[in-house]
Amino acid sequence: MKAPAKLVQAAALVSLFLLAVVLATIAVILTGGADGSADGSLQGGRIVALVLLTLAACAVSYRVLSSWYARYVNAPLRMAEDLAAMTAHTGLRLTEPATDELRALGQAANHLLAARDALENDVAERVREARASLEEERSRLAALMADLSQSVVVCNLDGRVLLYNQRAKQALSAGPDGSNAELLGLGRSIYTVFDRALIEHALERLQPVARDEAGGDGKKAIGSAQFVTATRAGRLLRAHMSPVLGGDGQPGALVGDLPVTGFVLVLEDVTQTNERHARRDELIQSLIEGGRGPLGSLRAAAEMLSDFSDMAPRQRDRFLGVIRDEAGALSAQFEKAAAAFSNDLRERWLLEEILGVELLAVAARRIGEQGHGEHRPLVVKTEDVDESLWLRVDSFGLLQALRYLALRLQDEYEVRDVRLSLKRSGDLAQLDLYWVGTFMNNEVAMSWLQDPMNIGSESSPLSVVDVIERCNGEIWFQRERVSHRAFFRTMLPAAEAPKDLPRAIVPAAEGERPEFYDFDIFHWSSGSHELDDRSLAELSYTVFDTETTGLQPSEGDEIIQIGATRIVNRRLLRHECFDQLIDPRRALSPQSVKVHGITRELLVGQPVIAAVLPPFHAFCADTVMVGHNAAFDMRFLQLKERQSGVRFDHPVLDTLLLSAVLQPNQNTHRLEAIAERLGVSVFGRHTALGDAMVTGEVFLKMLPLLAEMGITTLRQAREASERTYHARLKY
Amino acid sequence: MSKKILIADDEQNIVISIEFLLRREGFEVLVASDGVEALAKVRAERPELVLLDVMMPKMNGFDVCQALRADPDLSATRILMLTAKGRDTEVSKGLGLGADGYMTKPFSTKELLAEVRRLLEM
Repeated sequence: MKAPAKLVQAAALVSLFLLAVVLATIAVILTGGADGSADGSLQGGRIVALVLLTLAACAVSYRVLSSWYARYVNAPLRMAEDLAAMTAHTGLRLTEPATDELRALGQAANHLLAARDALENDVAERVREARASLEEERSRLAALMADLSQSVVVCNLDGRVLLYNQRAKQALSAGPDGSNAELLGLGRSIYTVFDRALIEHALERLQPVARDEAGGDGKKAIGSAQFVTATRAGRLLRAHMSPVLGGDGQPGALVGDLPVTGFVLVLEDVTQTNERHARRDELIQSLIEGGRGPLGSLRAAAEMLSDFSDMAPRQRDRFLGVIRDEAGALSAQFEKAAAAFSNDLRERWLLEEILGVELLAVAARRIGEQGHGEHRPLVVKTEDVDESLWLRVDSFGLLQALRYLALRLQDEYEVRDVRLSLKRSGDLAQLDLYWVGTFMNNEVAMSWLQDPMNIGSESSPLSVVDVIERCNGEIWFQRERVSHRAFFRTMLPAAEAPKDLPRAIVPAAEGERPEFYDFDIFHWSSGSHELDDRSLAELSYTVFDTETTGLQPSEGDEIIQIGATRIVNRRLLRHECFDQLIDPRRALSPQSVKVHGITRELLVGQPVIAAVLPPFHAFCADTVMVGHNAAFDMRFLQLKERQSGVRFDHPVLDTLLLSAVLQPNQNTHRLEAIAERLGVSVFGRHTALGDAMVTGEVFLKMLPLLAEMGITTLRQAREASERTYHARLKY
Repeated sequence: MSKKILIADDEQNIVISIEFLLRREGFEVLVASDGVEALAKVRAERPELVLLDVMMPKMNGFDVCQALRADPDLSATRILMLTAKGRDTEVSKGLGLGADGYMTKPFSTKELLAEVRRLLEM
């Protein structure tokens, strides 16, 4: 119906109503006037008719008005409610209302909603792009850090670790007895590893440099500081500290007008270098001082012999005897020093371990590269390659030498194909470059080995012999007349496969950040809040579980396994774990073996509880401890306080209690049941670490649910836990 | 009367030469092969000059030097230290402890003789 028609309808209705009123009035007047005398019954009938007529008119008006109400009052109200819901969620549209006006309004609103959705999608897309590029940069950084031969640790000004690489973990987590104390971790304090005063002193030293340089040419700059310190494992580290500069508006200290938010420590293990220097000094010293005595005797005896030629033969023999003895002693001393020095020299070149087969593959490729000059590329084959053989060589130099020899063969003897082989020969590796056909005489070969390596556009001041000597090897030319083969044979010391190759960074699952990084803690500040009033979201947690010999700690049951992981910035750090078996020094109950599957044999030779708790205590430092039915585990820990000398007085949260807070109507709060309800997949249960991981995941799922209940701080979580029924259970 | 010189050194090979040289030059020569023996011989024989090696068994040359200088009766005894360690710090330590001269091995026998004569004011 068009709007004008509605107007007509409304007008007709009002007219009808007026007509009815008018007609009724007329009827009343007419009957009253014609009669004169009051005839009650007739009058009564008229009134009834009038009332009925009025009622009929009212009913008609009501019907019409109520249909109008539904269309023009109710429909817009519903639409407003729908719209309110739609502002909160994308993708929803208003259903078409029945009336044209509202339909037009609805269409306009739907257009607006569509425009808004498009805008939101656009923003989301951009955020995703930005995040992807950030992720890429992170991975790049991760790869770079993993490859560094130095340890790198980045901290904020409170000394909280924001980033570290695998090397740093290896270097800094080792305890004094070679145990792994896991001292380094995200969000942990660097001061558990380094003396606080040392770091603060280094931070102070950044400052003067800043002032000097800033004064110089007006450029803002901050220097770096260095210090040498010892780790708990007794290694000497040289640390290089540089500041991390924050952008404007970021919290941080000002150093020479520049905002500093943290610092980077690059650590280098100088234990070996220092030992080497000390060894060299000692060597030189012993040569000088040890030489003086024998030389003094030699010189005196020689002078006597020449100055007093008239001496008796017996006397002369004594002097000659002195000379013989001392010359012999001096030679021996020199030999010893020379051997020690050559060992030392060996370490000074930048020799690197390389798998022999890899070296040969690269050599083959480089020799067979584009033909140089007018030659076609050489054909290179590798044969008889021992794939397990490691070499410790200057690989660049060695590759250059092989290429030089091969190309010179091609140039001067028109050799078209050469072979490379690598075999083990006792403690040595035998690397042969051989060919069939024409060969030179020994003199020519010798000169090739001693000439500077100039071939094509490449030139080097070194000769092949220089390079091979640098690799502590020997090279010579040899031919086999029978087989018409000739070869340059190089003997090199075989090396051991390197043990401490930097472990690749553990790849994070898609969409997950690698766990060695957490820049968000930059904005974190310790000490500014009491732990109790800290938000649950920003706290660090140690999620732990134990396996025990039985269920009665007070009756002598003991812990046999502790597993723990950490949560920092709402992320479960799967790579920062504590996982330790413990010798309980008592029998295991058969029931407990059924639960955890740990048998007595597995525990023999493991450390005892008193040795495990101090490192575990260090692992838990500055965190809230989280466990499932934590009271049980805490009881075990607390019973050992005296024995281990460490007190576990950390704040504790219990996922069992929190589950009861969240879902008071559930029958069971077993870990599996909670995990299932919260959609956490369970695997590796009933190992302490496996259970700790599940507990951690469950706890993370609980945090937003708790927040919905208004539980956002540690204090609130603890108070809510205490109120639940289970809190009254005592073990 | 010929002057008396004590050679205190445990290295026989150097003692042979110095003893031979000094005897040829007309000195009376005594030999001690460790610090304790050296100290005893100085007290018993009262040599005018002691050629004192630093690195000796039982008692090192510095200690012998110090003991000699602590005894007023022996203040006239000249001390020439001979050593296989040529560090400046050691030279100054020897002189500081009261030695009259210091020679580092290997030395020229002519210079040794000249130094001996200087110390004995010959």
